Amino acid sequence: MNIVVLVKQVPDSGADRNLRSDDNTIDRGSANNVINEMDEYAIEEALKIKEAHGGEVTVLTMGPDRATESIRKALSMGPDKAVHVVDDALHGSCAVATSKVLAAALNNLNADLVLCGAESTDGRVQVIPHMIAERLGVAALTGARKLTVDGATLTVERQTEEGYEVVTASTPAVVSVWDTINEPRYPSFKGIMAAKKKPVQTLSLADLGVAPAEVGLDGATSAVLEHSKRPPRSGGAKVTDEGSGGAQLVEFLATEKFV
Amino acid sequence: MSEVLVVVEATREFGVKKVTCEMLTLARELGTPSAVVLGGPGAAEALSAKLGEYGAEKIYAAESEEIDGYLVAPKATVLAELVRRVQPAAVLLASAQEGKEIAARLAVKLDNGILTDVVGLDADGTATQVVFAGSAIVKSKVTRGLPLVTVRPNSVTPAPAAATPVVEQLTVTVGDADKLAKVVDRVAEQKGSRPELTEASVVVSGGRGVGNADNFKLVEELADLLGGAVGASRAAVDSGFYPHQFQVGQTGKTVSPQLYVALGISGAIQHRAGMQTSKTIVAVNKDGEAPIFELADFGVVGDLFKIVPQAAEEIRKRR
Ligand SMILES: Cc1cc2nc3c(=O)[nH]c(=O)nc-3n(C[C@H](O)[C@H](O)[C@H](O)COP(=O)(O)OP(=O)(O)OC[C@H]3O[C@@H](n4cnc5c(N)ncnc54)[C@H](O)[C@@H]3O)c2cc1C
Repeated sequence: MNIVVLVKQVPDSGADRNLRSDDNTIDRGSANNVINEMDEYAIEEALKIKEAHGGEVTVLTMGPDRATESIRKALSMGPDKAVHVVDDALHGSCAVATSKVLAAALNNLNADLVLCGAESTDGRVQVIPHMIAERLGVAALTGARKLTVDGATLTVERQTEEGYEVVTASTPAVVSVWDTINEPRYPSFKGIMAAKKKPVQTLSLADLGVAPAEVGLDGATSAVLEHSKRPPRSGGAKVTDEGSGGAQLVEFLATEKFV
Repeated sequence: MSEVLVVVEATREFGVKKVTCEMLTLARELGTPSAVVLGGPGAAEALSAKLGEYGAEKIYAAESEEIDGYLVAPKATVLAELVRRVQPAAVLLASAQEGKEIAARLAVKLDNGILTDVVGLDADGTATQVVFAGSAIVKSKVTRGLPLVTVRPNSVTPAPAAATPVVEQLTVTVGDADKLAKVVDRVAEQKGSRPELTEASVVVSGGRGVGNADNFKLVEELADLLGGAVGASRAAVDSGFYPHQFQVGQTGKTVSPQLYVALGISGAIQHRAGMQTSKTIVAVNKDGEAPIFELADFGVVGDLFKIVPQAAEEIRKRR
């Protein structure tokens, strides 16, 4: 099976993240940039499928030059090769334009299965998998907590508010995964060394036949007008339990009319 | 005034979800709300009374086996047709998995911008979003097409405003392209009659400090006494204390209740991401230095196994 995994580089969600004051885009320059956590689960799932059914795993990333670090990191887990869409004109692209670029790149890759994380930790928008499927005219099985491959038939358990749905489709398809699906492997030393030599193809917008005017800040379908820091919460009263902590807690809840 | 489409979120069991009433309330500020029901045969009838109660002047009912039997795509197709026809002032969907997915496809079909996790929307289409684990506020706008937004639950106070909706049945024609992902089974897992996590006005969450799955009874008991939902930290979920769909945080649910109670939770940035915008936060933790206290309006430093049972007892006494 020919599998493509979408990998995004994001600012570390465990540290302070900011928007730029000049153009209201995410400040990626000053941030500690990492692989979007959910994408590691997609990579793991791809590797497991390859191990069971054979085939090839390609990492596809759209992002600035520095995303190369994340691509190498992804490759060190075990994928065979990578494609990096990089172009200055992409800076500030909205989700609609991003899906256009990724779909254009996928058009050349002939994937049976496109795997990705259910959302990224920066935007948390959760729309890319369906946008890509819509553009490519293929099935989207999203929010998977379990994926089974039987020949060309894919079956996922999709987490919902009430429980889960079992959804099936034939390849080609896009499948997005949550972090409940598996336990991603750590790159081995051998994997890290091998990743340095794995092929990474870079593609520009011109290579993909996408006009610069359709992407970036100018081609965006939405705009951030302004942003501000939310005033941090300040801690209120804190008491140490000396035998009546529970009662004091209820007293507080009562003043606030919760009991 | 022009029409504002509100795509109805409902469950089989409980009917119209609170977020739908919130969206109808918001829609009334922007124009005349029309509710759009996308579901199986007969779906709209059970929902219409409630939709009217919150001011839906019209209900568009798209009902067919196909809408129910395939994932998302048929719903987006029907909705796109409706939007093209009625040219609404805005389209509102719930900021939950499916709402976002329908909106995603709609955005591509109409080549229209999209804003997700919106907590406020002005009549001129300016949306407010809270980003980066609740640390920043953003004002944004769709600049191509109509305001297509997904609204985060608990951002608006739902207010009834009775209307008598006219029901318009939509003809549903779903092509093969929308029948690629077939739903073959739906399995209910939600336990008990507690309110749904993202919609609850009270959430009581347990963390690693709760110790084991059995002890989560304590968390559940307090939640039930407060009429709330139960949540869990990732450490609690990963340790198998509580199921994943109740996880609060960066990689779980975002909740914004009136009251959030954190029991045995340290308050890591990724946990805060999912609860930081709660109105009132209460924490119980035996470590007085735990970061959760930085956000708590009221904190008790001590052993949750002593404090929680005492609190439960005290609430019972006050009844
Ligand atoms: C990319 C990423 C995404 C993540 N997403 C999430 C997410 O969605 N949600 C989430 O919650 N976390 C998430 N995390 C994990 C997060 O970083 C923390 O590890 C996690 O929130 C810790 O959970 P905890 O507070 O329950 O456990 P701990 O940090 O271990 O805290 C347990 C607390 O319980 C207290 N305690 C112990 N015993 C008692 C007792 N008897 N009485 C009172 N207090 C007691 C301790 O003092 C301690 O403060 C994510 C991490 C990463 C890297």
